[in-house]
Amino acid sequence: MSDAPPHPIAAPSGSSQPGYTPFPAAGNISDADRENLRRHGVLMTSFEELYNWGRSNSIWPLQFGLACCAIEMIAAATARFDIARFGAEIFRPSPRQADLMIVSGTVTKKMAPLVVRLWNQMPEPKYCIAMGACAISGGPFKQGYNVLKGIDRFMPVDIYIPGCPPRPEALLNGLVQLQQKIKGEKLTGPHAANFTRADKPSEYPIPEYGAHDLEPTKNDTVWAPPGQKS
Amino acid sequence: MTTSVETLEQLRVRLLIRFPAADVTLVTNPGSSAEHSLLFGAAHAREIALFLRDDSQLALDYCSNATGIDWPDKEITEVTKTFVPDPAGGPAKTVEHKTTHLQPGYLESVYHLYSMALKHGPVIIRVRTANRSDQVTIPSLTPVWRSCDFQEREIFDLYGIVFEGHPDLRRLLMWDEFKDHPMRKDYVEPDDYEWEPTAHGDVAERAKQHASFVAGGATSATASAADPGLISVTSPKDGPGSASPATPKPEGLKP
Amino acid sequence: MSPPLSALNSQLSTNGAPAPFLPSAPGPSVRAVHDQFHGDLLEVSMGPQHPSTHGVFRMVATLDGEQIVKLKPVFGYLHRNHEKIAENTTYLGSMPYTDRLDYLCSMSTNWAYALAVEKLSGQAVPDRAQYLRIIMAELTRLVNHACLVGFLFNDLGTSFTPLLYAFREREKIIDLFESLSGSRMMCNYQRFGGCRVDPTPEWLKAASTLVDNFPRFLDEYETMLTGNEIMLARTQGIGRLDPQHAINAGITGPVLRASGVDYDLRKVDGYGFYPRFNFRVPLGAHGDTYDRYMMRILEMRESVKILQQAFKELPEGPIMDPKAKIRGFRPKAGEAYGRLEGPKGELGFYLISDGSPNPYRYRVRPPSLINLTLLEEMCLGHTIADSVVILGSIDIVLGEVDR
Repeated sequence: MSDAPPHPIAAPSGSSQPGYTPFPAAGNISDADRENLRRHGVLMTSFEELYNWGRSNSIWPLQFGLACCAIEMIAAATARFDIARFGAEIFRPSPRQADLMIVSGTVTKKMAPLVVRLWNQMPEPKYCIAMGACAISGGPFKQGYNVLKGIDRFMPVDIYIPGCPPRPEALLNGLVQLQQKIKGEKLTGPHAANFTRADKPSEYPIPEYGAHDLEPTKNDTVWAPPGQKS
Repeated sequence: MTTSVETLEQLRVRLLIRFPAADVTLVTNPGSSAEHSLLFGAAHAREIALFLRDDSQLALDYCSNATGIDWPDKEITEVTKTFVPDPAGGPAKTVEHKTTHLQPGYLESVYHLYSMALKHGPVIIRVRTANRSDQVTIPSLTPVWRSCDFQEREIFDLYGIVFEGHPDLRRLLMWDEFKDHPMRKDYVEPDDYEWEPTAHGDVAERAKQHASFVAGGATSATASAADPGLISVTSPKDGPGSASPATPKPEGLKP
Repeated sequence: MSPPLSALNSQLSTNGAPAPFLPSAPGPSVRAVHDQFHGDLLEVSMGPQHPSTHGVFRMVATLDGEQIVKLKPVFGYLHRNHEKIAENTTYLGSMPYTDRLDYLCSMSTNWAYALAVEKLSGQAVPDRAQYLRIIMAELTRLVNHACLVGFLFNDLGTSFTPLLYAFREREKIIDLFESLSGSRMMCNYQRFGGCRVDPTPEWLKAASTLVDNFPRFLDEYETMLTGNEIMLARTQGIGRLDPQHAINAGITGPVLRASGVDYDLRKVDGYGFYPRFNFRVPLGAHGDTYDRYMMRILEMRESVKILQQAFKELPEGPIMDPKAKIRGFRPKAGEAYGRLEGPKGELGFYLISDGSPNPYRYRVRPPSLINLTLLEEMCLGHTIADSVVILGSIDIVLGEVDR
């Protein structure tokens, strides 16, 4: 169990306070000492924390709405719910400039290769939020012949937001969770984030249109039913 | 406003006078909406449609809706009873003969026509194919009403009716390499029901055939214990001792 | 200088008197470029991921320079098999799926489906429910048209500001929907024989106040936008739609009426209690994008009038027919086609029943798909920037196009 990566928002080791702290301690300085120093006007941080803090507070989503959840995504960007307070109001039309793909809506089998292609076109580090029941598992349309039962069959998903559609506040909550996940990412060491490692894929095979279904129907390295180990 | 049977009958008579070789029958609608329709034979359907559109009395210039319907082959069982006299003088015996014959199925295309000029309608017309397998061609009404353009493409895509005379007949909703016609009643959809956390009804049946879902047996108990999120679909009558037989994966898709 | 609002390019028809068919405007001319720099044609695939295609819609445009010489739309990226799922679901079980067809206008889509089923089964609807349905449908029309105008200006390049104003009004209305039906967008409110929830007097008062204040938002919007010279330059004369072609192509809704054809199902069919209401049907004169934009603004004003009348005349009584069968609902065998004037056009449901709890055939007549029939004709000769604006003015929602 010591090999398992620490939970990104768990209490850091050596800390006297349980629960989430904004800057998980990196290194041998305890949080009490850091707090003390901060009161005297000395800020101690690490490159990793600074890097993650900058990245998480300026996530640029891809302007990519599929179905009904897209309207709630747009509503989250309007003045009432205001995604801009979290630094994410710049929806980029081009995947080359985006670092978050919010899959909002049903992914059909016709659309699935294009979603994966867009994901491949996004540069690392990139994140994926599956917003809504349809993106998680097919949702209410699960028994459809053209419906992909969840985008995580082909792509890794970081945050799942249930709902049909989830309220804009739920999307913002999911975004906050993603921010915490990013802040907890490690850049070096055995538990380094995937985007720092050359042996981890950042592009995934794009399914093709087959005669009866997509080929392949799912990516076995990315997804396996919970009863089976991939 | 709907057209009553009487005026539809009058229309039918008028059409038969004008197109004596055509095949026009009245199809009554048993429900309470009383929306009866006219069934046209495929040979003269487009001629009659042009007449319906251009006639000054009808002026059915707006085709609102074009629908495809699949009527599969129906097996009709007829029971005939014959009396067989008993040679020994007793009461006659009744012998039942059961004959089954196949009523061939067909694909159907239904059009709802209205008039924007005269603000009346609907006049509902139907055209049927000869069968569901090889003779699936009927004339396209797109040259008459452009609104049938995308709708007939969709009927071709989902049902397989080939519309002769359509300017651009290709699939609309499914991808071009797709081979099946999904809205047909005998379409078998691809089996991707490996993980069904809230399985019910026939979805549960399909999920059971996958390895990740074990119905009955000790495996189910350990699976449930290991992962409390896994909802077992063991039905109450399957006790913990019964092992599920190895069910083969469902048959492949229709070629 | 912006022209006064009274000198708009639209004419209003009074109740009943049909406006004459206007002589067909000259069709879009292909502005040929005669010079020695003629190059090859360029095929551009716009979408399905595109900032301006209103969802997963794809247009394959063949360009000569910047002008469009051919445009083929590609659908199916949101084909969610609604009709097939409905064949395996009971009639009432399909009601939440109708919310997701046109996801901006769930209340009126619910009503269209309820209308078709009530026609199929001969179900009567009490008076209060009829008025409530009209109230919800007209509020939905306000939501839809406000969003449409917001998205249209997004396409024109104003980035986000008019959309923010429009969504502010939308938020007010869907707050009402949420307090009434439990959900902002997927209301699932209508039932066969009436409505699901009876609004409280407080809700009615809040809705009535909102409707009374709505014209102020429209005035604010129009002051900023209607006479705006950039908007006029980019929408007048763009995407003309000939009325005869529109009728033949089955175009309905504000797009049809912008071309001058007087066909509004609220007047023609007189479904629900619409004949009791006093409202006009705006008609356009040129059939271009500007007229389609003005259609929405004028229809919003008419909807406000209908709503004010409805709030005044709303009777007391049950909201659900007491004889309506909810469990074990099996309409007799037969078929019915029920249609109504949705915010996007004629939304119809064609149902065939074989006496079982599930429909034998369930078909949605999608106004957005049919309205796209003449997209190519409207875009020929215009630039690719114009095609985005034309598409925006047709008002499509992919949930309905692909079902």
